[in-house]
Amino acid sequence: MDFATFLIQVLNGVQYGFTLFLVASGLTLIFGIMGIINLAHGAFYMIGAYLTFWLVGYTDNLFLAIAMGLPIMVVFGYLIERLAISFLYKRDHLYQVLLTYGLILILNEMQKILWGSDFYSVTVPDVLSSSIPMGNQEYPVYRIFVILVCMVVATGMYVVINKTKLGMMIRAGATDRETTQALGIDIGKVFAIVFSLGAALAGFSGMIDAPLSSVYPGMGNFILIISFVVIVIGGIGSIKGAFVGAMLVGLADTFGKVLLPELSSMVIYALMALILMWRPQGLFGRTA
Amino acid sequence: MSDKNNKTSRRRFMAGAAATTGLVAAAGFVPTRFAIGAMAPVKVGILLPYSGTYAMLGNSITNAMKMRFALAGGKLGGRPIEYVAIDSQMSVPKAPQNTNKLIKKEKVDFLVGPVHSGIAAAMAKIIGQRKTPIMVIPNAGSNAVTGALCAPNIFRTSFSNWQPAYPGGKLMSQEGHKTCVTISWKYGAGIQSMAAARQGFAEGGGTSIKDILVPFPNVEFQAHLSEIAALKPDAVFSFFSGGGAIKFLKDYEAAGLKGKIPLYGSGFLTEGVEKAAGSAAEGIKTTLHYASDLDNAENHSFRANYKKAFNADANVFSVQGYDTGSLLLQAAAAVGGDVEATADVIAAMETSQVPDSPRGPWKMSKAHNPIQNIYLRQVVNGQQKLLGIAAEQLEDPATGCKMA
Repeated sequence: MDFATFLIQVLNGVQYGFTLFLVASGLTLIFGIMGIINLAHGAFYMIGAYLTFWLVGYTDNLFLAIAMGLPIMVVFGYLIERLAISFLYKRDHLYQVLLTYGLILILNEMQKILWGSDFYSVTVPDVLSSSIPMGNQEYPVYRIFVILVCMVVATGMYVVINKTKLGMMIRAGATDRETTQALGIDIGKVFAIVFSLGAALAGFSGMIDAPLSSVYPGMGNFILIISFVVIVIGGIGSIKGAFVGAMLVGLADTFGKVLLPELSSMVIYALMALILMWRPQGLFGRTA
Repeated sequence: MSDKNNKTSRRRFMAGAAATTGLVAAAGFVPTRFAIGAMAPVKVGILLPYSGTYAMLGNSITNAMKMRFALAGGKLGGRPIEYVAIDSQMSVPKAPQNTNKLIKKEKVDFLVGPVHSGIAAAMAKIIGQRKTPIMVIPNAGSNAVTGALCAPNIFRTSFSNWQPAYPGGKLMSQEGHKTCVTISWKYGAGIQSMAAARQGFAEGGGTSIKDILVPFPNVEFQAHLSEIAALKPDAVFSFFSGGGAIKFLKDYEAAGLKGKIPLYGSGFLTEGVEKAAGSAAEGIKTTLHYASDLDNAENHSFRANYKKAFNADANVFSVQGYDTGSLLLQAAAAVGGDVEATADVIAAMETSQVPDSPRGPWKMSKAHNPIQNIYLRQVVNGQQKLLGIAAEQLEDPATGCKMA
């Protein structure tokens, strides 16, 4: 591999890492703060992608479709939290797993009823549809755009969680639920907001990935598994961990495919096993 | 022949008599014309995906098969048809359990399925050990099912993975390419297709410089596209389908490779994805056992009927479902509806020709796989255009099959 190709592969890995981070951050946020294992996160991702496909059909504009789709995802997340998840906070994780698994089945069936089982695709907007020459190949501008958007989202999450009052309440609730409540903060409301935001993040990833990945039934399943790998490596509940985990998985997957093609399907799992042997709580996880 | 007919009528008589006796006991009157109406239905078990990524395939196959039966009066050899369908969920671990359920609990006469090669192998291992039911594979291309795992009661109406890919490899060398890279998912269908394409390419004097296998169902192709760009082969041969195919085509174009390195593939690459892939699919040449614009009367009426019934365009999968229906109709008619006479049904299926197939006439090989034309197609203005026949009446080599 010459140096130029190496650099392009690094870019490929980082770009993949950023898209993984976007999905995984919502998952880790919901788990870290609410203690909910949301298996339906991948299904939210899929709903986001289908919403984009559907709205682009009406508006013929990806940005407009995303702008319209995001509030829908927030409301959708809020309803699911209020009507289903909120009853299970005091229950064992197993109940949450069962509930959110049930949600996957329901959402998949809903997708089938609404949009059928065909494959769809969303066109990249004209302004971003060109490619930049790079080494032997060309690099799609849309992928660079995705990197930038993910950076903005990551910074935004950092600012909200570390610099705002809402962020303070979220962090307080995650650290000690009882004390936070004793201080007069409505933890139920915080949870509802966090879950809605998490759902919106998953939906947003699906929306922004839709032009890259095409839209098809079951598209959320694979992304869910990879997202779990990412947050387990990073330490469950840590946004910083999700970021580092996503980058590691993105790079490991990219270079695994190129350098160890025979083992490429297990490289990221081997990476996860190694990291867990060294730090069972993940890179940035808190010890129980 | 007359002996067979006698046996048939005896069976029919027995079934009718049993039903009549039951009715007499229950209702207390003697029916005269109920015997035929109460004839036991032919049980058709179906194991296909109705959820997940490949739901479209399962639906296309089922719809077209049922449409074929309906066009023939909705009966098999004069008997009503009872369907028992199970969603395979594309799960190989669940395949043995689902298969056993259809065989032992439902006691189906025919078992139609599956889509997935891994499930096909699991099913064939169970069914090949038994005399009944008769399995008809309407899609899964696993070479082994009509190769090492072949059995008298296992038939296929679709293709072997070898069939569309081998002429594709030949085509690349005929078009003057000397080196190629093959890329596919790392699963049965992909591995077998790539091997067949390399065989065809090598026979034409070409050299395959790298074989890339992407973990299934990963659709993150960027790393491999960069690799292809660095290797600079004359051509690329690929096997992807459905959502993965759309993504691969779009990524291939976005990476700037489309104009530089011609892309070829098994026809599934561009089948049913022409619209979704848009310009990324434009101009790509593939080889397959069907082309939607085949100019024969059967294809025209099939496509018109399908469009009318399901408000969707027929695809290669619906052709396979339709031909599965034709094969069962022929066989059931040949034994006068006596589908329990398995040996006779098998004999009828083995000699059957399917002249009224939308893909053009085909017949069963000794290994029970279609001997059929492989067509060369190209995507032009978002539609498949037939360029000609890539391989005439091509027969799968059926490696390892004792019946061939």
